Amino acid sequence: MRLYRLLLHLYPASFRNEYAEEMCGVFARRLRDTSVPALPALWTGVFFEVLFNSLAVHADILRQDLRYTARALRRTPGFAVTAVLVVALGIGANTAAFSLADQALLRPLPFPDPGRLVRIWETESGYGEMEPSPANYRDWKAMSHSFSAMGYYTNSALNLVGKGEPERIQIAMFDKDLLPALEVQPLFGRIFSPADDRDGAPGTVLLSYGLWQRQFGGDRGILGRQLLLNGERFTVIGVMPRDFYFPSRDTQLWTAFRLKADGYADRNDNWIYPIARLRAGVTVAQASSEMAVVSAQLERQYPQENQKIGARVVRMGEDVSPQSRLLLYALVAAAACVLLIACTNLANLLLVRALMREKELAVRTAIGAGRERLVRQLTTESLVLALAGGALGVLVATVTVPLLSRLVPNSLPVGQASAFDWRVLLFAAALTALTGVCFGVAPAWRICRHADLTALREGARAGSGKKEVLRSALVVAEVAASVVLLVSTGLLLRALWKLQGNDPGFRTEGVLTLRTALPSPKYDSTASRTAFLNRVLGEVRQLPGVTGAAYISFLPMAMGGGIWPVEVGEHVVERSAAHTASMRFVTPGFFAALRIPIETGRDVEENDTLGRQYVAVVSRSFASRYWPRQDPLGRHFKMAFQDRTVVGVVGDIRVRGMERESEPQVYFPYRQVEDASFQFYQPKDLVIRAAGNSAGLLPQVYRIIRSADSEQPISDVRTLADIVESSTASRAVEVRILAAFAAVAFLLAAIGIHGVLAFVVSSRSREIGVRMALGAQRGAIVGAVLLRGALLAAAGAIPGVAVAWFSGKSMEALLAGIKPYDAATFLAATGLCLLMTLLGCVLPAWRAARVDPITAMRNE
Amino acid sequence: MDPHPASLLPLPSATFYILMALAAEDRHGYAIIQDIEQRTNGALRLSAGTLYRSIQRMLEQGLLVETNDRPAPEFDDERRRYYRITPFGAAVARAEAARLNDLVRMARASGFAPEKA
Repeated sequence: MRLYRLLLHLYPASFRNEYAEEMCGVFARRLRDTSVPALPALWTGVFFEVLFNSLAVHADILRQDLRYTARALRRTPGFAVTAVLVVALGIGANTAAFSLADQALLRPLPFPDPGRLVRIWETESGYGEMEPSPANYRDWKAMSHSFSAMGYYTNSALNLVGKGEPERIQIAMFDKDLLPALEVQPLFGRIFSPADDRDGAPGTVLLSYGLWQRQFGGDRGILGRQLLLNGERFTVIGVMPRDFYFPSRDTQLWTAFRLKADGYADRNDNWIYPIARLRAGVTVAQASSEMAVVSAQLERQYPQENQKIGARVVRMGEDVSPQSRLLLYALVAAAACVLLIACTNLANLLLVRALMREKELAVRTAIGAGRERLVRQLTTESLVLALAGGALGVLVATVTVPLLSRLVPNSLPVGQASAFDWRVLLFAAALTALTGVCFGVAPAWRICRHADLTALREGARAGSGKKEVLRSALVVAEVAASVVLLVSTGLLLRALWKLQGNDPGFRTEGVLTLRTALPSPKYDSTASRTAFLNRVLGEVRQLPGVTGAAYISFLPMAMGGGIWPVEVGEHVVERSAAHTASMRFVTPGFFAALRIPIETGRDVEENDTLGRQYVAVVSRSFASRYWPRQDPLGRHFKMAFQDRTVVGVVGDIRVRGMERESEPQVYFPYRQVEDASFQFYQPKDLVIRAAGNSAGLLPQVYRIIRSADSEQPISDVRTLADIVESSTASRAVEVRILAAFAAVAFLLAAIGIHGVLAFVVSSRSREIGVRMALGAQRGAIVGAVLLRGALLAAAGAIPGVAVAWFSGKSMEALLAGIKPYDAATFLAATGLCLLMTLLGCVLPAWRAARVDPITAMRNE
Repeated sequence: MDPHPASLLPLPSATFYILMALAAEDRHGYAIIQDIEQRTNGALRLSAGTLYRSIQRMLEQGLLVETNDRPAPEFDDERRRYYRITPFGAAVARAEAARLNDLVRMARASGFAPEKA
């Protein structure tokens, strides 16, 4: 019998309270009538019967509650729409933020057993992390025991002459051990063998799935076919799986590394990226300490080259840059803030609604509805609202995620960021349920505790003092959260403006850029390159409207690297950040084309050729670092294996983009290069300054390049202004999103203040009426309402400012020098908060002033 | 206030049986079960869960009411609740019977049922 009572707990409490006794009675008789052998059958039957019937009763109640909810919401469509929109905004923002953060921070890398994959960087005091040299890599690999596999790669770009236009594509070079370390198999075909990876071996290539589909129509007969890359024949040995994006999303194909025999000669030739797989059971910390021992050994062995050189082991996927990590955290935190505000707001709305319905609920209690039944009813209501909002929110997120995908660092080996999969949906669903319960259950319980007969008394004032405290607390929390968001957004906005206001050191208006990377070995000789460049530049300069044209190794901001050590006079060759500069080769006219001022001396010239003295043009900061308050012209320094003479000084430019400080710059004449050396630095980026519409010149420029070399691909056509803008683009997107979040929060908080005050005014209209009848001035009544609003705002703003200060502190790395306690931002945010309060107060105050004493009292 | 009787048709069989059990007199739950068992010669024996779930729904639909008229004390059991059919409940039961009757007539015309039951 006790077992039966226990089973009855499957029924809803309201049903149990009503019928449990009777049901037990019925069951007792049945038990009495049943013979002992038939008992097991009876119990089995009863068990399933209770299971089925209890589910049916639950379903009945749900149906009833849903019907009731639909009716209640139809009666107050304004409320329903507001609630759904508020939830949709909150959940949409969070789903979008989550799907981004998930891609960048949470999701495991798409390789088998990704936790064991690590990158190994070389470290040098004062330099941070950098790529190791092949020589050091070889020793690391031979001397360490923590890794079960180790391979390396480097990024490159090649000219592919296939069908149609020649194309410039991003590629990576893999050594034979890299794919086994990643444990990735090709879709079909084979991976690089030791024979493919030898110096002088014939070229072999693995295609990306995308390239295979796009260029070769997904033809499986591609194996063994030959491709022309940079003029050399490569044999296709396989196609990689569709979801293999490594090292970056743009990598189109992979060739065997084929490191030259002399590649191990220079220990300071840092340019390869090693990836290793930890042996099972070995931790990153253990591997790090082993690598420290190995580095110390190498330093003893090569005291000159490996001075202060260490190694750092970093779990792969954890090397998302701290800045993008911080930006994503800020985004997630902001989204959480919006949801919090949305939830409090809804809780408030529901509370008001429940208070208005207090009488109705009291009546229902009085006629026997159990408290559990009412809570259930109200929870159903809030869940329905949350569900509708959640569905709409997911829709909002689907629209916004592609817009946000620029925030996912391109360096991650993942596909498009539009992935809207079950993880994201699950997250959204969980969030929806949580939201529904949070903003629904609390008010429901509160109401039911109070749903007694006092509410039935005629003229009872809805909303006792205690409830107003709760509701005010909710509004205070909203105001605080929105102040935090406003301040954080303001700080980031100021930082963005400051960065965008920085002087890049050159003028971008009317400058068109494009790249013609001349392939090796076709253009290995300096003479052949010079001929091509001069022919193109000569004809481009003749085009109408063109005021300047020149070639450079890499455009500023498009490429920040190319940093070399500098040796001046007595300075010892010590590689440290204090003695490096960015190195570029330029054609004459580069400074004029970018309007970089030549302060003293001259530009590089056509007769700065190999037979003559090596010369250089340096930036102002370079000159003042080595020859402060002296004439730099005619001074000597050693860089890139040659002694060079300074012939000119130009203004500094921001090579590393708007966000970072740049090294001083050094420019060499494009003709002072020996054949087949400094391939990487050959001038390949063309800049054209033109009056008027420079983009209109493009067809003519294409024709000129085609006529110079019909196989030469053209890539990266952009304006210089675009390049400068994209250096702050991800930050700009981020700030725009945060601003949108802050605006939503601001609106919601204003709605919250309005809600509380409107309720106070309407529930006190009798009191206001009495006071007016007794001679209170309208001004005083309005003042009282405004005062109440101001108090709410102040109570929220003070903790909000404190929290905002902390959040600013934690974002300091993103603020580009703006102080986290920036007064202007805080003042603006507080001002907005005041505005928000006023907005929230206006309607209630107006209504309070219009209370008619006679009507208010007659309503009794 | 009650909806049209036809809107509830067809009735779940348990509901129809309960209405029939209450046609002549008010009964408590166990008596309803016994009555149905007798009517069907033991073929249908409602479980407690099915009975009270049906009763709850029928109360909401207005087919039944709980009654406070107790029978003579010697037959009464304090614990028990008695149910009475409402006029609306009777109307619904009549509508259901008519519906079934029509159905049987059609079946007969198709040769699925004997001419006279």
